[in-house]
Amino acid sequence: MKRFKALAAAALLSAFALSGVQARTLKMAYDADPVSLDPHEQLSGGTLQLSHMIFDPLIRWNQELGFDPRLAEKWERIDEKTVRFSLRKGVKFHSGNEMTALDVRWTFDRLKRSPDFKGIFAPFEALNIVDKYTIDIVTKEPYPLVLHTATYIFPMDRKFYDGYDAKGRPKDAIVKHGDAFASTNASGTGPFVITSREQGVKVEFERFGDYWDKGSPGNVSKIVFTPIKEDPTRVAALLSGDVDFIAPVPPADLQRIDKDPNTDLVTMSGTRIITFQLNQNRRPEFKDKRVRQAIVHAVNNEGIVEKIMRGFGTAAAQQSPKGYLGYDPKLKPRYDLAKAKQLMMDAGYGNGFSVTMMAPNNRYVNDDKIAEAVAGMLSKINIKVDLKTMPKAQYWPKFDERAADIMMIGWHSDTEDSSNFTEFLLMTPDKETGYGQYNSGNFSNAKVDELVLANQKETDVKKRTAMLQEIEQILYDDAAFVPLHWQDRAWAARKGVEIAPIVNVMNFPYLGDLVIK
Amino acid sequence: MLAFLIRRLVQAALVMFVISIIAFSIQDNLGDPLRELLGQSVSEKQRQILRDKMGLNDPFLIQYGRFLKKAIHGDLGTSYFFKRPAVDVILDKLPATLELVFGASLIIIVFSVPIGVFAAIYPKHWFSKFSMGASIVGISIPVFLTAILSIYVFSVEFGWLPSFGRGETVDFFGWRTGFLTRDGLVHLILPCIALSSIMLPLFIRLIRSEMMEVLESEYVKFAWAKGLQPRRIWFLHALKNTLLPVITVGGVQIGTLIAFTILTETVFQWPGMGFLFLEAVNRVDTPLIIAYLIVVGLIFVITNTIVDLIYGLVNPTVRLTRPQE
Repeated sequence: MKRFKALAAAALLSAFALSGVQARTLKMAYDADPVSLDPHEQLSGGTLQLSHMIFDPLIRWNQELGFDPRLAEKWERIDEKTVRFSLRKGVKFHSGNEMTALDVRWTFDRLKRSPDFKGIFAPFEALNIVDKYTIDIVTKEPYPLVLHTATYIFPMDRKFYDGYDAKGRPKDAIVKHGDAFASTNASGTGPFVITSREQGVKVEFERFGDYWDKGSPGNVSKIVFTPIKEDPTRVAALLSGDVDFIAPVPPADLQRIDKDPNTDLVTMSGTRIITFQLNQNRRPEFKDKRVRQAIVHAVNNEGIVEKIMRGFGTAAAQQSPKGYLGYDPKLKPRYDLAKAKQLMMDAGYGNGFSVTMMAPNNRYVNDDKIAEAVAGMLSKINIKVDLKTMPKAQYWPKFDERAADIMMIGWHSDTEDSSNFTEFLLMTPDKETGYGQYNSGNFSNAKVDELVLANQKETDVKKRTAMLQEIEQILYDDAAFVPLHWQDRAWAARKGVEIAPIVNVMNFPYLGDLVIK
Repeated sequence: MLAFLIRRLVQAALVMFVISIIAFSIQDNLGDPLRELLGQSVSEKQRQILRDKMGLNDPFLIQYGRFLKKAIHGDLGTSYFFKRPAVDVILDKLPATLELVFGASLIIIVFSVPIGVFAAIYPKHWFSKFSMGASIVGISIPVFLTAILSIYVFSVEFGWLPSFGRGETVDFFGWRTGFLTRDGLVHLILPCIALSSIMLPLFIRLIRSEMMEVLESEYVKFAWAKGLQPRRIWFLHALKNTLLPVITVGGVQIGTLIAFTILTETVFQWPGMGFLFLEAVNRVDTPLIIAYLIVVGLIFVITNTIVDLIYGLVNPTVRLTRPQE
C-alpha cells in the first residue's frame, strides 16, 4: 500500500508536469478483474489486458494483425534460428530504473519457468544479450512464430523483483495459489500505474508520468476499473452514465446501445471458433466419414448466427478466421439437409441412432442455446440427441473424461496463428507431446499430423500458408469437426470516448492511447 | 443463562462441523479448480504437478483431516483467487452484506408493522385490500427481476439513482460503512428495496393474520367490554401479543435474507459476501466456498440465539434455563 501511494504521488506530480494535455478520467467496467498483477501467473485474456496497461510488450499486434514496435524499435531475422531485436533507449520502469537488455533476458527466463507460458516458449532456446540495447532470440529449430511470441514478452523490472519479501520468500516467485510479492506488486514500463486495488471491487490507475511513448495521443490520466459480472447491470451502468466504457457487450443489448444517441458500439469479427467434436472412440458410427459429413451438412450454422447470435458472429467452415495464414476463402458453410439425409442413407444409417451431447452453459456466448439448436437440427437426420448442459466449472472435468459422444469446445489460438488450433483440437492425441489435448473426438489423420509438424519449422510465409490451408482443406473434406462460428467481439462506450482506434480482435484495448474528447 | 449460552456454543460447533463435512464432500462435484487457475494450453502433466502440490490428489480423509487440523486453529484455508485466508476475505465483505441486510430489515420493520396492523383493524378498507393484493405480486416476483427492473427504471430511464456498487464508504472504527455518506446512502436505496421486496409482503401478511387472531381472542373482547380506549387495546394489548410469533419468524428470516443477498448482490455488483460466494462457485474456489458456508452457518446460530434471548425478554413465561426434568 505504501508503495502504491509513493508511486501514485510520483505519477501525479509528473502528470501535472505534462502541459497542454487535457487530463481525463476513464471509468470502465469489464465482466471480471485480473486475477493477479503478475503477468506470468496465468495466461488469460484478463492478464494480457492488464499487461498492456502496466507493462509494454516488445512488439504488439495492430488492428490489421500486423506488428507495431513498442519496447523493441526494430527487428530482423539474422539467420534461420535467430531474430535480432533493437531495444528502445531511455525507457523507464515505474520504479525509475532504466530498462535494458538484462531486464528482457530476466523476463524471458521467468517466462520459461511459468507453468502457463512455458508451452508457448518451448520452441525457444535462449535470449542472448548482444549489447545493452540489443538482444537475439534464438530458437531450437527454425521457427515461424518468433514475432507472434514476442508479443508475450512484457519486460519486467528485474531490480524491483530482486531479493526477498517480508516473509523471506523470493520476490520473483510465480505462485498460483497463495500470496506472493509479484502478484500484488508490479513495476513495468506501461502507461499506467496501479494506485489502489481491491480485488473483485475496484482497481484504480494513474498515468505514469515518465511514460516513454510521448507520441501517444492518449489523454487518460486516471482509470477507475470496476468489474461488473452481470450483463444487464453492466449495460445499465453504461446507459445511466455511471461508467464510460464496457466490455463484453451482451448480444441482446447490441441494438439498444447502437441506437442510443449517447453511446457508441464497436464490433469486430472475432477469432474464437466454436465447434462440436464427434467422438469416434465412443461411437463407431462417427468413424464413418459420411456420417460426420452428414452432421456437418445438417447443421445450419448460418441460421444459428442469424437467429441465436443475432448476427453477433460469423458462420464458419474452418478453424482459422480471416486474417490468419490458414484461412481459405473457398471453404464455405455447407448446410444442405437433403444431402445430409442422403449421406446418412449411403452410410447405412437412414434410420438414425441416438447419441449423447454435452455443452457448457456459461462459457461461450449463448452456448446452451446453440447446443439445443444443433440437437434439434440433428433430429432431422434421425439422430436423437440426449443433451446435457452445465456450468463451465463442471463441464471441463467432463470434457477431460470425454463424457459424451458430442462435445462443444471453443478455441482461441494463443499464438494468433492457425497451427495452434489443429495442435490442440485435431491432431492425434498423444500424452507425451501434449498434442491433441482437446481432441475429444479422437480424430486422427496422419497427413494432418505431418503437415502441422512440418509447418512449425517453416519460416517461409508462402510455403507455410500453403501447408496451413491444406490442413484446413483436409479437415473440411474429412468433416473432422462441426464448425459453428467465430464469436464477434463488442465494446461500448459513451460518446466522446474514442475506443474504435484502440480496440483489437485480441481484445487488449490499448488504453494508453485512448483519447477522450 | 450461562448454561444456555454454553449449550448454544456446543450446538454451533456441531452445526459447523456438519457443514464442513457436507461442503467438503461435495467439492469434487463443483468442478476442477485448476481450470480457473491455469490457461487453456497448459499440458496435462503440468496440471498433475500442480494438483499434487495442492494436495488435490490425496484421498478424502487425508484432505479433510488436514483441513480440520488447520480449522481448529481458525484457519479455514486460503482462497485460490484472492490468495488470502478465506476467513479474512469473507470478513472483509461482511460489512457490505450486513449493511444491506440491515437496510432491508429497516424497510421491512418500518413498513410491515403499520400496514399489517392497519389491514387487521380495517380489513374492508380499500388500502388494506390494495396492500394485500400488492403483497401477492411482491411475493411472486423473483428478487433478481425486481432488481433489474428497478435499475432500468430508476438508473437508466430516470437517472435518479446509481446502477451498481456501494459508492463512497468511510471508515467507522474499522467498519467500512456506506450509511454515513450521501453517496453511500444513495447506493443503498435500490439494493435494500430489492432485497426487502421478498420479505416485506410476507411480514405484512403475517402481522395482519396474527393481529386478526389476537383481536378475536377472549382477553381483547374483555378489554372492549371493559370500555378501554380502542388505541390502548390495539397497540398495547393486541400488538404486543401479535409480535411474539413475528419475532420468532423474523429471526429465522434474517438468515434467509442473508441467503437472498446472493442474488441481490450479484445484480447490483454489491461487494458483499453473497456475491463473493457466487463468484467462488463459478471459479471453483473451494476453500472460499467451504469457509462461506461455515460462516453463514455461524450467523444462523448466532441470530437464532439472539432471537431466543429477545423472546425471553418479551415473553417472561419463556425461561431459557428450564431445569432439566
